[in-house]
Amino acid sequence: MRQRPTLLAAIAVLGATVACGGPADGRIELTIGTFTEFGYEQLLTEYEAAHPGIKIVHNRTGQGGPYHQALFTKLGAGSGLADVQAVEEGYLADVLARPALFHNLEQIGPATADRWLDWKYQAAKAKDGSLIGYGTDIGPLAMCYRKDLFAAAGLPSEPEAVKPLFASWQSFFAAGDQFVAKSGGKAWFDSAAQIFNAMHNQLDTGYFDRQDRLTVEQNPAIRQNWDQVTAAVARGQSAKLVAFSNEWNSGFKSGAFATKTCPAWMLGVIKEQAGAGNAGKWAVTDAFPGGGGNWGGSFLTVPKQSRHPKEAAELAAWLTAPEQQVKAFLKAGTFPSQVKALTAPELLGGTDAYFGGVRSGELFATQARKVGKAQYKGPGDGKIQENASTPALQTVEQGASAREGWQRFVDSAKKLAK
Amino acid sequence: MSRLSRWDVKYSPYLYIAPFFVLFGLVGLFPLLYTAYVSMFDWDLLGGDPVFVGADNYLALFSDNQFWTTLTNTLSIFVLSSGPQIVIAVLLAALLNSRLRAPTAWRVGVLLPYVASLVALGIIFANLFGPNYGLANNLLELVGLDRVDWQADRFASHVAIAVMVNWRWTGYNALIVLAAMQAIPKEIHEAATVDGAGPVRRFVSVTLPLLRPTLVFVVITSTIGGLQIFTEPKLFDAMPGSNNGGSSNQFQTITLYMYQSAFEGGHLGYASAIAWVLFLVVIAIATVNFLITRRLAAGSGVR
Repeated sequence: MRQRPTLLAAIAVLGATVACGGPADGRIELTIGTFTEFGYEQLLTEYEAAHPGIKIVHNRTGQGGPYHQALFTKLGAGSGLADVQAVEEGYLADVLARPALFHNLEQIGPATADRWLDWKYQAAKAKDGSLIGYGTDIGPLAMCYRKDLFAAAGLPSEPEAVKPLFASWQSFFAAGDQFVAKSGGKAWFDSAAQIFNAMHNQLDTGYFDRQDRLTVEQNPAIRQNWDQVTAAVARGQSAKLVAFSNEWNSGFKSGAFATKTCPAWMLGVIKEQAGAGNAGKWAVTDAFPGGGGNWGGSFLTVPKQSRHPKEAAELAAWLTAPEQQVKAFLKAGTFPSQVKALTAPELLGGTDAYFGGVRSGELFATQARKVGKAQYKGPGDGKIQENASTPALQTVEQGASAREGWQRFVDSAKKLAK
Repeated sequence: MSRLSRWDVKYSPYLYIAPFFVLFGLVGLFPLLYTAYVSMFDWDLLGGDPVFVGADNYLALFSDNQFWTTLTNTLSIFVLSSGPQIVIAVLLAALLNSRLRAPTAWRVGVLLPYVASLVALGIIFANLFGPNYGLANNLLELVGLDRVDWQADRFASHVAIAVMVNWRWTGYNALIVLAAMQAIPKEIHEAATVDGAGPVRRFVSVTLPLLRPTLVFVVITSTIGGLQIFTEPKLFDAMPGSNNGGSSNQFQTITLYMYQSAFEGGHLGYASAIAWVLFLVVIAIATVNFLITRRLAAGSGVR
């Protein structure tokens, strides 16, 4: 109620532009905008020391949502963006759809050939072939599971032994049935949308084809995934907990589900939410149904608004070089996307006591190489996941039939794509 | 008299009152009119030049199911919040108006929810009304009732959001009503007592009619606020940051839909059309409320 002050404040924040007057000492001032934690503070100081002519201002936003909203508002306004601007994977499609607003890094930046895993590199290419972003980190998918719950339900529980359960989606859902039956009705996974998204990202074609036409109704694979997931919901496999909600957090603590699709950064989430009391109960294994997958990770872009594009591209290229990303990984846990970084001893030596002392660095490096080719994401792809498929799957979990849910999904997707 | 001082007398007063009008024009009138202008364009946040489309946005809006859903949600949440809120506020004010020990402490007490951060309240209430692990459901179970899915059920979600709104605003309105109550001359109450009126009769026949102007004010401001509820439903959604207002928009309010259209969808023209329709709805309902309150309060007792 009486929303005005809050709205006005929000607009004021959106409208606040980055003050950009060059410093008086003749140095070039570069601004860089990131969100949450990229682990760059130390690196930026290092860069300034090595380049006396450059001063760097780091604008950090706490949350990804408001950060990207401000990013697109400033893109629309035509001013106010930083020289180097981070973009998260889920928002990349909307950026790639407007290559005219960003610099082609292969044109203005230093040579960076073969630096990244191919799928990460391809994901940052616009349709016209220009490279819009340098890859920073990734979220290669593995499977996390509750060892104790598996054992109690008579399933294998050691990381090597559970791999066959996660060989394909079929085996995954079959094991789910077994688990639900033997555990007295406990849920197998956290929510339908989490599984559906992972399955969807493994398809050759996403929600849009290369001509940016919506494929939801035409692509039988999407419908098949839908049917499989909603059938599993009907058989009691879903805990029906919306990802990242309060109740989802509580679900980790109370052991409401037995498996979790697990990108590298999810280990931290599980540790925090399940808490010390559940240490040793969770495990992670280097298998993922249907091959591999990626969830999350970001890119550094240089908007056309930048007044020092060349210097900005140099900074972004330096930050995303393997040596620097390994340092960022050690600082903030952002899993590097660079081929060379994946063989760095600092990364491969990493272990995680909470997950039974697993060699987590090596495990996720293996999973990163299993990711197939980058799926083409049309403009609005992220919105369809967030505002069409996820809520529609939630309605099924709340009691709607699979058919009703599908219809809702199709209708909202069409509306969003309009 | 010199020409200069003649001008001074004639124009200076305008200069003195100018700050208000300049500010009002800048942050009040201009956005209002510019929104109307934008609403006649197909105006995309990143889509290049806007195209004039006349009334198309409004026509599309009236055939948009989601618009009607959100309008219904807004009215439902508004009725569930403003109605009980004003009744409780008046009763609370009557209580505070009686002889209490430490009156200031009580008055500050009822204002506390208003001081607390809205976002913090939103998060706490979303927790209380969590379908699986929420306190509200545990209490319901304790007294032998069925659990309620506060997220999925449309009406239940409206009740939960209305509770959040009432929690925050009842005390604030109670204080405004209390101030008006204390302005009622003691003599009138004494005269009524001499005439043999008991406390209830005095409240109904003396206090309420004399509160009329204040009640009109409270009703109008809570109408304006109640129809623009935004933060509560946004934070109530289980999916963090979502503007969907539930899986099937079951508690998306019209402001939330406007915000989603503008800043998530980038359709500034469409969002502006929503804003204008909301503006007209607020004016219409505020007028109706004004007329009703005036009649109700005038209907009984002292004239």
